[in-house]
Amino acid sequence: MAALKYVREYMSDKKLPVNATRRQFLAGMTAAGGMAASSWGVALPSTPVLEPTRIQGATSSALGTRSVHESLKRLPMYNIASLTPLESLHGTITPADLHFERHHGGVPQIDPANHELLIHGMVDKPLKFSLDDLKRFPSVTRICFLECSGNFNPRAGENSSPQMLCGMTSQSEWTGVALSTLFREVGVKPKASWFLAEGSDAAVMTRSIPMDKAWDDALIAYAQNGEAIRPEQGYPMRLVLPGWEGNTSIKWLRRLELSDAAFMTREETSKYTEPLKDGSVRMFSVVMDARSIITSPAYPKTLEKGWHEIRGIAWSGRGRIKMVEVSVDGGKHWQAARLQGPVLAKAHTRFSLPWKWNGQATEISSRATDETGYVQPTRRELINARGAGGQSYHLNPVTTWIVQADGQIIYKAEAWV
Amino acid sequence: MINILFVFLLAFTGSALAAEASRPDSYNLGRSVDAAEISAWDIDVSPDGRGLPDGSGTVQQGEKIYLQKCASCHGEKGTGNRPFPALVGRFPDDAFPFGKDPSAVKTVGNYWPYATTLYDYVNRAMPFNDPGSLENNEVYALVAYILHKNEIVSSDTVLSAKNLAAISMPARHRFVPDNRHGGPEVR
Repeated sequence: MAALKYVREYMSDKKLPVNATRRQFLAGMTAAGGMAASSWGVALPSTPVLEPTRIQGATSSALGTRSVHESLKRLPMYNIASLTPLESLHGTITPADLHFERHHGGVPQIDPANHELLIHGMVDKPLKFSLDDLKRFPSVTRICFLECSGNFNPRAGENSSPQMLCGMTSQSEWTGVALSTLFREVGVKPKASWFLAEGSDAAVMTRSIPMDKAWDDALIAYAQNGEAIRPEQGYPMRLVLPGWEGNTSIKWLRRLELSDAAFMTREETSKYTEPLKDGSVRMFSVVMDARSIITSPAYPKTLEKGWHEIRGIAWSGRGRIKMVEVSVDGGKHWQAARLQGPVLAKAHTRFSLPWKWNGQATEISSRATDETGYVQPTRRELINARGAGGQSYHLNPVTTWIVQADGQIIYKAEAWV
Repeated sequence: MINILFVFLLAFTGSALAAEASRPDSYNLGRSVDAAEISAWDIDVSPDGRGLPDGSGTVQQGEKIYLQKCASCHGEKGTGNRPFPALVGRFPDDAFPFGKDPSAVKTVGNYWPYATTLYDYVNRAMPFNDPGSLENNEVYALVAYILHKNEIVSSDTVLSAKNLAAISMPARHRFVPDNRHGGPEVR
């Protein structure tokens, strides 16, 4: 009877949408009437329940979903990329469905039963491996970031969020087989110094990779964050080259060819290269230099006076992050932020610093240092070193947020000149 | 006695585990493939010409195919149509403004360091709406036409595996290896 009374009260609440009220009513009737437990079940309602302690909740389900109150979304750019909402994430792992995308011929739909990986060229015995074959080799799991080398927009305006400025970096726990294991299986000829990695997308995407990377830490991954790789990330198998620009980690991998020279594919000659001010062009500039960004507070947030925790991520393709410094006074003073352990090599590292905002306009920035002693440069330092022409790749300047007196935060947009 | 047996068992088990953990010469996984199966996938072309197939094409043949299959994206004159890139264009005296001027438009003629790359890419990924559909002769003809429009080969060129790799691209000498190696210097 108490439950029925509750349902009546619930239904008389005019603030609730009609559908939710009906659904709650049915659930309440079932409980009140003492009906079989099997008929009590309801799916998780799509509208809020005012008194969740007074009504049976949703029953168990085959597949979880996010709370209806959360609206995490990638930001699609044209048809070829989508960006991770860095400002909405915590910790260091990117949920697989929010991992950034970049593809050159769309996302292929591949049946793993029809997919094989061919390894040939300067090897003793060319072989084709199925997905099941790969899973029988000793497995390797590691956490690392993948970042697009074009992960910066020099023309971004002040109304730019971390996602818009820097959303082409994401981090996963990758599981697969060490490439060195596969190369030992096929037997590498002494002359082999490079290998070509090729995808089975419509771009038949290819990059040349030095053999050293294969012996170091290259991985053929089939799993991401504990489950099969997502289609956008290369299902059913991909190369993962920790610390290297994302496009080298060829997705939908179907072929590796070993050779004694680089293949000079379109991507590594006409695209992912950096023209410098002295008239030269840097090629095979694959390692991602250290970078950091404050993800909170950041645009589009409005700040209230009082205590906040400045949070962000820092990473380096050359190893571990050694230090992240934060300035809350427009770069006059810098103080070391706390690094959330374990600090892993070639991995997003969370940093934080408590901060009491006094209500006055200021600027906040972060600056990463990696274990090689490399310090994240300013925009000016990058332009001085390279010239202002190369605006496409490997730009990792210190990012600054302007906190206005009214608490509104905007990106400190500066022209790349 | 029990202790001795225990130690013995431990040692025995330990060595057995170690034997299991050691890496075999081969896991005997994967299947062998013959030359025909490899060549069906082995489409890449190297700068020294390795991988170039039989066949040939002329500038005139290339123009016809270009207008039919490429111009709708790259423009009738090869000047591009965003987001589809420009293919044709040279700067006077082969100036190379890209390090200082972000608005300078990269083309095959003013930027691409290897002619073989053009064959490889057109063959594997073009045309955008029907990738991988071109015959070898068509690819040679298109490469000949695009190189000719960039004033790199003459109008009577017949392109094939015999002469493609020897073509010298204007910007080739500008490409250098990465000089960033970590440490305090910003490069």
